[in-house]
Amino acid sequence: MHTKRPSRERDADDRREEGIASKVEGFNERGRRAVADRDLHDAVALATEKFVTGRNAVLGALPDAPELRERAYHVKQETMANLDRYLEQMASAVEARGGNVFFAEDGEAVVRYIGDLARLRGTKVITKSKSMATEEIELNRRLEEEYAGLNLEIVETDLGEWIAQLAGDTPSHIIGPILHMNRHQVADILSGVAGEKLPPNVEQLTRFARGRLREKFLTADIGISGANFGVAETGTIVTVTNEGNGRLVTSVPPVHVVVMGIEKLIPKFSDLSVFVQLLARSATGQKLSVYTNFVTGPRGEGELDGAEEMHLILLDNGRSDLLGTPFEEALYCIRCGACLNVCPVYRQTGGHAYGSTYSGPIGAVITPLLKGDEEAKDLPHASSLCGACSEACPVGIPLHDLLLKLRNRQVDRGLASKAEQIAFKGFEKTMKSPALYNISTKAGRTAQKPLLRNGAVRPLPGPLSGWTGSRDLPPLAEKPFRQLWKEGI
Amino acid sequence: MRVALFVPCYVDLINPEVGVSMVRVLRKLGVDLIYPEGETCCGQPAFNSGFFDEARTVARHFMDVFEKENWDYIVCPSGSCATMVSHYYPFIFKEMPETHRSESLGHRVREFSDFLVNVLGVKDLGAHYEGSAVFHCGCHQRRELGVLEEPRELLRSVAGLELLDWENEELCCGFGGTFAVKMPDVSTAMADEKIQALLKSGADTLVSGDSSCLMHLSGRLKREGHGARVLHLAQILDSGDGKVG
Repeated sequence: MHTKRPSRERDADDRREEGIASKVEGFNERGRRAVADRDLHDAVALATEKFVTGRNAVLGALPDAPELRERAYHVKQETMANLDRYLEQMASAVEARGGNVFFAEDGEAVVRYIGDLARLRGTKVITKSKSMATEEIELNRRLEEEYAGLNLEIVETDLGEWIAQLAGDTPSHIIGPILHMNRHQVADILSGVAGEKLPPNVEQLTRFARGRLREKFLTADIGISGANFGVAETGTIVTVTNEGNGRLVTSVPPVHVVVMGIEKLIPKFSDLSVFVQLLARSATGQKLSVYTNFVTGPRGEGELDGAEEMHLILLDNGRSDLLGTPFEEALYCIRCGACLNVCPVYRQTGGHAYGSTYSGPIGAVITPLLKGDEEAKDLPHASSLCGACSEACPVGIPLHDLLLKLRNRQVDRGLASKAEQIAFKGFEKTMKSPALYNISTKAGRTAQKPLLRNGAVRPLPGPLSGWTGSRDLPPLAEKPFRQLWKEGI
Repeated sequence: MRVALFVPCYVDLINPEVGVSMVRVLRKLGVDLIYPEGETCCGQPAFNSGFFDEARTVARHFMDVFEKENWDYIVCPSGSCATMVSHYYPFIFKEMPETHRSESLGHRVREFSDFLVNVLGVKDLGAHYEGSAVFHCGCHQRRELGVLEEPRELLRSVAGLELLDWENEELCCGFGGTFAVKMPDVSTAMADEKIQALLKSGADTLVSGDSSCLMHLSGRLKREGHGARVLHLAQILDSGDGKVG
């Protein structure tokens, strides 16, 4: 049995119990603070521009990139239409190779499964390679809290994730977890661990991290990884990494646990030729990442490497609710981060302003879908709808159209503010009646007269203060176009 | 060829001079223009805010107005409003009785520069403007319409005008309709980044095919005390003899 936390604590944390980690309201306030932090802006702009430049170069050099994108979309579409069948196929294939399969409805089920496994195996050290699914369910925190008696040492081994873990921070980007930090900040964090001042030199810092992490790789009892793809046909788990930590996590410890969102499935091994070509190119601008790792079951007879025991946890956590809905395309995401890199809003705020494990355009889409509209009310509005995200998405998810549909769903569910509801009722009435349009705009021209200062409307209280606080508002022209037309142009 | 003028509500009310310039340019090319009675708004503010039902009501009114006659084209001095009708009317009327109606109307809507270059085949309008300019392409025009080169081709033919490149020109200006009011700090930071790029380019004029982007950027330029001239493409194409349209 795992230890239950006292009920008072549970109440306070109820919101975080399931769905995506952490509080997600308040984009505006966090955005305001982020915008004021110019170091943050510069770090984010520098890193994302590097990703975008690389991506444009390698995708531009791939003549069939548009066709690949279309194929990827169709493969995902077909997968989602038959997800139940592919999940069964995946499970059978993994079991046939001697692996264990567990379907987890939510994060709590994953925590319980891994916690119980750790207890059974007398686990002390768990190493992890990068996994957004485990971030989403706050696996580390919950294992440490709910299985406090085991005194587990859970170590993130992706360099960025490790630094975030040491700093008590969370990832701010899907593939660059500490993209919001500069090397001086990283040096400070690692100096704290080293017990001596480390220079802000990337190579030296990495060497230090490598030394420290190597000890953990060799002593870990369980290695937990995510999955970039799961191939239903063969039961193969594919992880795509650049640091080599992935292989040390999946093959050195005696037990390998994979936590994979159910949407990561692809039907056939040959489908990988589409997705592997797109993923690294879209993510980091590499043709291929340094390591593309295929794990099919635990170590077999006569094989030299691999874990003795392998567990595949297929995580739902709200995903299956999207099947067959107008939001299903959100499940096609391969977590490359391309939409974050091109997003002008993300560029200004970085990832933490979104308040969710998933930031940027895809985060603004899937957070309310997985966690509920009330919990992420701001996020569908955290976009100027410029469409750069949809253009960049390597699997063709119409991200900004999904944001529009989410805004509409909020309105349909009565979540828009009363003021906005009244305003748009008024808008509807005025714009369907040319007579009312003429009367109200004429009234506007009269009403604005006392408000004009130097050719602009003076800063206003109320809803328009959002505009006039930082920008001049032009007045209504003395004569509208319709009048000039009538008078003769 | 008979062409109906689709004058966005904010052009009608705030920047009528843009509509006037468009009329003058098109007349110069011999286009027979109609300004249909009863035009108001395309409904985009409601649509972008998620009020699809309200947007549909306004869209139905728009379609009534523009279906009165079978005009060859409906021309609009805004990539964004043109997109609302050509792309997003079919989106909001998907699988509704108006599906076909919205699609067939959408096919006839053309953004101003698209109409000039791709329908009329005109690039040089004999305009004269003294200055150096950068062009800001609105996001709908760039991505939904793909009308990216047309405005530049038109600007390159303007005597006296030097068209400059600017940094990160593909970045959104941060207007985004109600986004500008709902997320003012982020929106303003986005405008500031464009303004930095504008200042760095050395251009004295900022041109766009969308008055809404220009309202946002000029609102910030003025508040910050910058003196750059901000003009719609139609005004540049309508300029000559030392006068701006």
